[in-house]
Amino acid sequence: MAKVTIDGRVIEVPDGITILQAARMIGPEVAPPTMCYHSKLKTSGGYCRTCLVEVTKGSEIDPRPMPKLVASCRTNVMDGMEVGNLSSPKVIEARKSVVEFLLLNHPLDCPICDQAGECHLQDLSYEHGSSKTRTDFERRTFEKISIGEKIQLHMTRCILCYRCVKVAEQITDGRVHGVINRGDHSEISTYIEQAIDNDFSGNMIDVCPVGALTDKTFRFKSRVWFTKPVLAHRNCEKCSGNVNLWFKGDEVLRVTGRKDQWGEVEEFICNTCRYDKKATSDWTVEGPSHVNRHSVISANHYEVFTKPTEFKLNDVKPLAIQEGDKS
Amino acid sequence: MGKKILLAHDHVPGIQGYEVYRQNGGYASVEKAIKTMSAEALVEEVKKSGLRGRGGAGFPTGMKWSFLAKPEGVARYLVCNADESEPGTFKDRYLMSRIPHILVEGMITSSFALGVNTAYIYIRGEYYYIVSILEKAIEEAYANGWLGKNILGSGYNLDLYVQVGAGAYICGEETALLESLEGKRGNPRIKPPFPAIAGLYGCPTVVNNVETLAAVPFIVNNGGEAYAQIGIGKSAGTKLISASGHINKPGVYEIEMGITVEDFIYSDEYCGGILNGKKLKAVVAGGSSVPVLPADKILTTPSGEKRLMSYESLADGGFASGTMLGSGGFIVMDETTSIVENLFTFARFYHHESCGQCSPCREGTAWMEKILHKMIDGHGTIEDVDLLWEIQAKIEGNTICPLGDAAAWPVASAIRHFRSEFEEYVKNPNSIKVVRHYDLTQNLVNA
Repeated sequence: MAKVTIDGRVIEVPDGITILQAARMIGPEVAPPTMCYHSKLKTSGGYCRTCLVEVTKGSEIDPRPMPKLVASCRTNVMDGMEVGNLSSPKVIEARKSVVEFLLLNHPLDCPICDQAGECHLQDLSYEHGSSKTRTDFERRTFEKISIGEKIQLHMTRCILCYRCVKVAEQITDGRVHGVINRGDHSEISTYIEQAIDNDFSGNMIDVCPVGALTDKTFRFKSRVWFTKPVLAHRNCEKCSGNVNLWFKGDEVLRVTGRKDQWGEVEEFICNTCRYDKKATSDWTVEGPSHVNRHSVISANHYEVFTKPTEFKLNDVKPLAIQEGDKS
Repeated sequence: MGKKILLAHDHVPGIQGYEVYRQNGGYASVEKAIKTMSAEALVEEVKKSGLRGRGGAGFPTGMKWSFLAKPEGVARYLVCNADESEPGTFKDRYLMSRIPHILVEGMITSSFALGVNTAYIYIRGEYYYIVSILEKAIEEAYANGWLGKNILGSGYNLDLYVQVGAGAYICGEETALLESLEGKRGNPRIKPPFPAIAGLYGCPTVVNNVETLAAVPFIVNNGGEAYAQIGIGKSAGTKLISASGHINKPGVYEIEMGITVEDFIYSDEYCGGILNGKKLKAVVAGGSSVPVLPADKILTTPSGEKRLMSYESLADGGFASGTMLGSGGFIVMDETTSIVENLFTFARFYHHESCGQCSPCREGTAWMEKILHKMIDGHGTIEDVDLLWEIQAKIEGNTICPLGDAAAWPVASAIRHFRSEFEEYVKNPNSIKVVRHYDLTQNLVNA
């Protein structure tokens, strides 16, 4: 077990987990934002640099501070570590710069982008960015590319988080979806634009934090905040069958995987569930999905009040609780 | 004349071939190491020598070697980083093309010291003509029993391969190099784990620069202490400096560390003074990524002493008034050079070479180049200078690998030391612009 302090909040966590995971265990108020890290994808994270934190004390054994800000998603905790997230002016400044860098070539075409309303970059820039841009150079643009029949790649919006590449590598079989070119010319590609013919390829859409990968069966049908997310399941032989249905009136406009509190897909779903089961009769509806009340999607969305999902701290307890137990 | 170690036999005709190299004492270190020394003793000897990594960072080689994890039954690798791509640096090219066997010998001895049975030379694609030189040297080493199975009857096996990169600056970063060597896209890995624990194919790996490995034979032959006596303080031994720019005698020089910078630039033994008797304006002392220093700061340290060619003396004063020895790419600029235009060239390079993995470097290098391009075209404003300063500060330290820092430092130092020139440039771009474009038509008329 390692005792870690993040923004003055102390927690005891198992060895070998990352600073980000420890911060998430404490709660969303100290958890650094992430764009490229995805807990269900191995080796993801470290690229976007939005989760940079300052380690003011390395560990109990070696208390020296780390010389640079570190990516919390890829840095493991040590016993006695002290981390500054929002309490560190350096981190706030660095995060602001990262947002500026990410938006430098991002088209800001939110009014016509399908991702608007559930876009992580929108949230990030709202929370950590500045209201003005300091660049007047022409933005980088790419041609749109079809990745198979169902997925549209709009590289202009991409922030190169590599999540979709990891999906292609780890969840679908055969890597047909990599990165070509380098630097700011880097491009997500299917290499020779080959269609991805795989049962789980649709998950790339769900993991994309921006509007670079969109569902062709849903594109331009509706703004997401006019649709109602509903939890549903079906017996599927390929995947768990646990999904979110997005209704507009009686019609199912799209099917996506369920996302957790951090915007990460809980269980990857197969393409049959995603694209082919768009009748209400295909599904057993469980009830309205939980939508964060700060999200635009929560407008006109009613849900049964339940206590916010508590963390399952099987072997992890915040210190305060432990102390309470003793008394 | 300073002491020469690496280029001691450079003048001997035919030193590129095995026979001549052997006659001049070549491969003695392999014999000595394998027949009389243990691996631990070799590492100890290198530690004593004070040899430091010659690729740029200057990390003590012996210490790096002792960090190598040695789990039972797991292969270990030695990789020679011959991906010399820092602008201004061409020392390894010279060494490998002139005396390829010194690298092969150094790698055999080092591999024995590290208990490595497979070693690689990762060389950049642009050095294609050196590949054949190295391969011939390796072939000769195999033919004479220095490589292969059961070397010198000791039961020690070693295979040495040359792997050609595809020409990316980023593949000189050790983890990107390993990725590329494994056949993947050359993106730097996130550290930790360091290569000493999990490097090539996930096995413990040591990555060393060409010049570092080439210094090992001398250390083994003469002992670590003999090497430590050369040079000054913690900067032990000799260093290859590739001098270029506005000097009378550009080229690769082997210097004993501790000579003064002034000597190096002006003495006839080395650079031979500034071209056409002009005045010295600035020096980039260790390859394009280290901070540029104006003439007064490169010649004297902040305390007023003469600056020496050594790791410590060049770094004296931190980044405020010092620089780094780096990889030894010594670029001299005379008074006619425009710092702004020089910086644009560097910025363009880093933009081109950024791997695009992490956002500050990917977007920041491109942004800096665009701003400098705008200045060069005469549309810069005074705000752009401040913006450049801010962008470099945002990149530095926030990236996965040191390329971000390498791109930020030249910008930072140029603005720090030559701010007035930037201001002048944006106010009146034409007045100080030197003739950049080679006028072909006019030259043809003149001819």
